[in-house]
Amino acid sequence: MRKIYFDHAATTPVDAGAAELVMQYMTGDFGNPSSMHGFGQAVRNALEEARKQVVAAIGAASVGEIAFCSGGTEANNMAILGAARANKQKGNHIITTAVEHHSVLSTCKYLAKEGFEVTILPVDHYGLVNVEDVARVITNQTILISIMHANNEVGAVMPIAEIGQMLKNLNRKIIFHTDAIQSIGKLPVNVDQLNVDLLTISGHKIYGPTGTGAMYLRRGTWWQPIMYGGGQERRRRPGTENAPAIIGLGKALEIAVANRVAYVKRITKLRDELVDKVLSRIPHVRLNGHPTKRLPGHASFCVEYIEGEAMMLYLDMQGIAVSSGSACTSGTPEPSHVLLAMGIPKELAYGSVRVTLGKYNTREEIDYFVEALTEIVERMRLMSPVAGSNCTPGACVSCSRAENK
Amino acid sequence: MYSEKVMDHFSKPRNVGAIDNADAVGEVGSPSCGDTMKLFLKIKDDRIEDIKFQTLGCGAAIASSSMLTEMAKGKTLDEAIKITNTEVAEALDGLPPKKLHCSNLAADALREAIEAYQASR
Repeated sequence: MRKIYFDHAATTPVDAGAAELVMQYMTGDFGNPSSMHGFGQAVRNALEEARKQVVAAIGAASVGEIAFCSGGTEANNMAILGAARANKQKGNHIITTAVEHHSVLSTCKYLAKEGFEVTILPVDHYGLVNVEDVARVITNQTILISIMHANNEVGAVMPIAEIGQMLKNLNRKIIFHTDAIQSIGKLPVNVDQLNVDLLTISGHKIYGPTGTGAMYLRRGTWWQPIMYGGGQERRRRPGTENAPAIIGLGKALEIAVANRVAYVKRITKLRDELVDKVLSRIPHVRLNGHPTKRLPGHASFCVEYIEGEAMMLYLDMQGIAVSSGSACTSGTPEPSHVLLAMGIPKELAYGSVRVTLGKYNTREEIDYFVEALTEIVERMRLMSPVAGSNCTPGACVSCSRAENK
Repeated sequence: MYSEKVMDHFSKPRNVGAIDNADAVGEVGSPSCGDTMKLFLKIKDDRIEDIKFQTLGCGAAIASSSMLTEMAKGKTLDEAIKITNTEVAEALDGLPPKKLHCSNLAADALREAIEAYQASR
């Protein structure tokens, strides 16, 4: 059977060049980078090379601003908990949005238990936060704002540079964090152009190893660690570094950034073709998110009259891997918090499917997918008690059926 | 996460569709709360001669609907009304815990159909 991977926002295969380096530093050139002997120092040098690769990729001022950790979730926890706690004497107000990844949202909600006040901003029906909305909720207690660069579910690209500029124009310091886990390697990411103080990335979304991440912390930003132990990572993240994998992250990031422009051009074209074909071939389907302010490989749809998990499993039986924001796949009784925050009705959100393309996907795979999806949706709708029921498109307030027709 | 039996019924669901002029119909759920199931029964001499289902739902919902139709077909109404959701899940070699309540509703739809049929006579 064919196997097609269309779930690159979940994880990516490790780039062969990066995997080779990981293997090299796991087996032959092993060592603890904190050891003073030759074994350790060889790994230390490679680890510091990875740090320079991160500095170059995001336009940081120096290697001292980068701390490696175990992944995106830890990086987001470090950024938010560390900045909030270190600035508690200045204020207790934190701002974030309703569509953040759980590693940001749950962390902010937890901070409410430590006495912080958290404002969770709504988004528009494209999944975008409004700059004026951010400005409006800032108080003299606001110490931290955390807003993702691009959304993992619908690919919406947030106006981070604009928010950063607005904050720069204020006559007081508010720490600005952006979760760039989905955007790095796909969008231009530069900490000065975005005007951010904290930025977090993950290895396995950019063809690097799972279990690696990094936090950028602008020099001069008040911050404190969330774990205590040895002095690794300039006391910002104690514990022996996962050096081989981090070295792989550095290499993968370097490759992703170097090939970004060509990759984006190719993948955007493929994605647009996929979207056009799905919308024109299958009735009662809508595209989620903004038509242009979206990640290049991202396409999220709501397919009416069917449920997303079943659709995902039927696709899987034909060798196609996608994901769904339906309640059944999110592990909660509610469908995706992102789709609901965008104002998508529950019955539509249940039928969501997310396709995220990657650098090895081809046009032929797109055609295979569209064929398979068309057939599956048709078959599932024949099975559905709701499809074909009495309905006048556009008659109900929440109706979206008139679109895409 | 699903048993082989669930995947079998999910990939090749039995008795899918509607029955014209059905003697009894049972429906549970609503689209805004997730799974919706509709059962159609053809009844002769208090026995289920034919049964078909339509389901909007996840893998567990489709598989349990399919399994229930197999279990109910040919049974008398008195026998069929006793089928429980738990028995359907057991016949499928179990369902993941979080699916037991939200997606395993087929026996409820059957009971509703039979009760409505009996009340109307």
